[in-house]
Amino acid sequence: MAILTKEEAKKIVDKVLAYSKADEMSVSLNGNRTGNIRYARNSVSTSGESDNLSLAVTAVYGKRSGTATINEFDDASLEKTVRRAEEIAKLAPENPEYMPMLGPQTYLETGTYSESTAKIDPEFRAKAAFDSIDPCKKKNLTAAGYMEDTTGFACIGNSKGLFGYNRSTGVDFSITVRTADGLGSGYANPDVNDVSKLNTKATTEIAMQKALASASARALEPGKYTVILEPTASVELLQNMMRSMDARNADEGRSFLSKKGGGTRLGEKLFDERVTFISDPMNAELPLSPFGGGGGGGGQGRFGGGGGDGLPQEKRTWIENGVVKNMYYSRYWADKKGVKPIPAPGGFIMLGGTQSLADLIKSTDKGILVTRFWYIRAVDPQTQLYTGLTRDGTFYIENGQIKFPIKNFRFNESPVIMLNNVEALGKPVRAGGNLIPPMKIRDFTFTSLSDAV
Amino acid sequence: MNRRDFNQLLSMGAAGIMIPSLPAFSRSVSPEALLEPGLDVAVKKRLADAALNAAKSMGATYADVRIGRYLNQFVLTRENKVQGIINSESFGVGIRVIVNGCWGFASVGDARNESVVAQAAKTAVSIAKANARLLTEPVQLAPQKGYGEVSWKAPIKRNAFEVPVKEKVDLLLSCNAAAMQNGANFVNNVLFQVNEQKYFASTDGTYADQDIHRIGPSFTVTAVDPQNGKFSTRNSLSSPMGMGYDYLQVNPSDKQTGVTTRYNKGYDMLEDITLAAKQAKEKLSAKSVEAGKYDLVLDPSHLWLTIHESVGHPLELDRVLGYEANYAGTSFATLDKWESKNFNYGSKEVNLVADKTQQYSLGAVGWDDEGVKTKKWDLVKDGILVNYQAIRDQVHIIGEKESQGCCYADNWSSVQFQRMANVSLEAGKTPLSVENMIKDVKKGIYIIGDGSFSIDQQRYNFQFGGQLFYEIKDGQIVGMLKDVAYQANTREFWNSCVAVCDQSDYRLGGAFNDGKGQPSQSSAVSHGSATARFNGVNVINTARKI
Repeated sequence: MAILTKEEAKKIVDKVLAYSKADEMSVSLNGNRTGNIRYARNSVSTSGESDNLSLAVTAVYGKRSGTATINEFDDASLEKTVRRAEEIAKLAPENPEYMPMLGPQTYLETGTYSESTAKIDPEFRAKAAFDSIDPCKKKNLTAAGYMEDTTGFACIGNSKGLFGYNRSTGVDFSITVRTADGLGSGYANPDVNDVSKLNTKATTEIAMQKALASASARALEPGKYTVILEPTASVELLQNMMRSMDARNADEGRSFLSKKGGGTRLGEKLFDERVTFISDPMNAELPLSPFGGGGGGGGQGRFGGGGGDGLPQEKRTWIENGVVKNMYYSRYWADKKGVKPIPAPGGFIMLGGTQSLADLIKSTDKGILVTRFWYIRAVDPQTQLYTGLTRDGTFYIENGQIKFPIKNFRFNESPVIMLNNVEALGKPVRAGGNLIPPMKIRDFTFTSLSDAV
Repeated sequence: MNRRDFNQLLSMGAAGIMIPSLPAFSRSVSPEALLEPGLDVAVKKRLADAALNAAKSMGATYADVRIGRYLNQFVLTRENKVQGIINSESFGVGIRVIVNGCWGFASVGDARNESVVAQAAKTAVSIAKANARLLTEPVQLAPQKGYGEVSWKAPIKRNAFEVPVKEKVDLLLSCNAAAMQNGANFVNNVLFQVNEQKYFASTDGTYADQDIHRIGPSFTVTAVDPQNGKFSTRNSLSSPMGMGYDYLQVNPSDKQTGVTTRYNKGYDMLEDITLAAKQAKEKLSAKSVEAGKYDLVLDPSHLWLTIHESVGHPLELDRVLGYEANYAGTSFATLDKWESKNFNYGSKEVNLVADKTQQYSLGAVGWDDEGVKTKKWDLVKDGILVNYQAIRDQVHIIGEKESQGCCYADNWSSVQFQRMANVSLEAGKTPLSVENMIKDVKKGIYIIGDGSFSIDQQRYNFQFGGQLFYEIKDGQIVGMLKDVAYQANTREFWNSCVAVCDQSDYRLGGAFNDGKGQPSQSSAVSHGSATARFNGVNVINTARKI
């Protein structure tokens, strides 16, 4: 029941819109089935599955809007929900930034759905957990992991003729392996839509190797080092920077993209010329929803997070050869500035080269391999300065080889500075819903040591 | 929404998520619907008994039922605009059972009759039976006496949901106007209110009906210097509280005056936002800190977060045992340190307590989510680690006979597990005011309000920022500083505590959305302290050029 076809969903959306007496009405119908299994200390601790199908109706009178939601779908319930949304709208305060709803849009057909993921059942999850726990038990290592699979659809429609439908699946699997003495720890967190690309045993073996290799780490002095960042390490820093590319914040003078004296830094070269970021919902390795991603300032949540403003996602270049090419513009801010609205992407692609992680290590005289960062928090939004720590395997490299594990460091660094200190970029791989190259960065700032394993 | 997303929501950073999506399994309703009574307590008991009887008849040796109605309201504004008002309601039943020594859990939304609830109990039993096949350690549940039919209500004077939305909007917009008049360029101001109506029943014979209220006003004021391309912010010095709208009643006796006003059980938003606008501007031209060692004087509006991260989390027994290894992490405070009875967590001045009964705190309830009457207990006594936070299926590990009563689920649809109690630093026993504490400091920094925070997965190494930093020289506050963050090791930091002000300075801070577990659950928790002094802490300068 939770996963409706396009036709089934459209029938409900059309019915709801037919009940409308408001100036404008939009409908968001979302369904998903989520299952999970969690384990720790080599034993399954919890598992569960849930279905959810819900409908949100937003009614608008002038600049007043109201939303009501329901999870019953008989005619009487649908009409009641429409009336309730209309009542809430009439009593709501005016939103001076309200933008009239969009008319019909053309959406791309992206490949976000995988049948093999949609078929996951409790036995599959138990087997996935067993495949992860068993090799650890045999090597006297301790596994703690989590797998969550989601199959869902999002359908949006409005009284001006806009209609969109998309099905998607996703699997999130993460595994931490620790040595029995607690002196080594390794982690792996692959990112796929299609579960046939996930092998929990092979993934666990990567974490096992890191756990064993990271035991009995030595302390190095904090300071500036050349680092090789695995994509699992750099993803959050890059994501944080990319999420800060809102044009309104920059125009208002409160962003790293604000220009001295007013305006934005659109068109300025801020990074090394090898730095290029794009987004492309049609990318075969990273398929993304054709609508949604929303954001871009003042997003009025009209489709309850399922569709953003309903603006179509398309291929866009954000940073090209180090130059800022695009920023997010909400419909309100775009209208005010007389430009085209641009939604934030659902995920980004940082272009790289052809080298593997091993190649990057081989070409390094002295450096540090960082496999993961943890607890990253903003220190100064003005400079995009973040702090955080290395975790689950940090290694010293000398003469092109990993020499020994080192104790974890705290860093204070800005991705903007980091992307000016690029030494080399490898071949991009998926990490956290993006495509990111392993990268070699000089003068990365570590500010203190941590005893944590 | 986890704590981090929530913090992001309240900051100006990502404007795209200024309007939060609805909490899971909840529906958007009218403000009036938030005042409708939930199910009658007799009906709840009937539903609960149906579930308990169904579970027992299918072989459960223990079962508990939580019937929950969760009401939330967000009022979101910026400058002179209302960005949104979100009212949501979530109602359902969660049932947990032990069969063959193994836990099973199932939940069902909008459950209003006995057969639906009994069916969910059956599902919970079947999950327990399936998981029992993979079981390695059977559940050892600490015995718990039944309390019969009992109830608990948060000590609120004015239910926030009874206050008309217009009154709230008027307050927020008038405060925003005051900020703009006093030099702010932008202001985001949010009011969040919660009512959890929870009914708990178990096969031990407890039927607890509880009514929990929380409120959290929160703003960020921004000042921009376009000529130099710089901006600075100052967040509110309010705290989320286990109170009703009475928290927003101005009361002079709840104010601590000094370099800026700080608040106890009554928050003067207008005064704070006016000061914030001036201080955000002042920050733009404040002196950039010189890195080095300083004696830190930390206000409770700042210290709560350091307590939360460096004491609350490492002393959660499930983290110590490794159950959170893949997500939140483990802990440096291992069992051998506790067993030694001489592990100096802090100096002799440091007394840290866990307390689920503390009045006006976010974590206060009468009974926890597995029917244990709440209490207060020592974690660190005269500097020595003496205990952890543990629940019924864990306390045997630390030799306790009964649970400490800190089990919590964030929704009827979530399974309950060990969560942080209110963990607080006890006030000093010797009379000591903030002024007298500062008088003795030769080279120091006085920090007010919480800012950036980060700590490693075993809770050794941390870094904290703040909202306001004042330089102390030879016992005097000499001016404002900026670009300040301090880094320390948990044990060294708490051992550098040389003084804690007395009870008259004691105040609560806290967070609505402490995240833990997979799938992640959020929990609201308070942390109290009086202003405290820490000697020789490493301060870094966070200014960068891009």
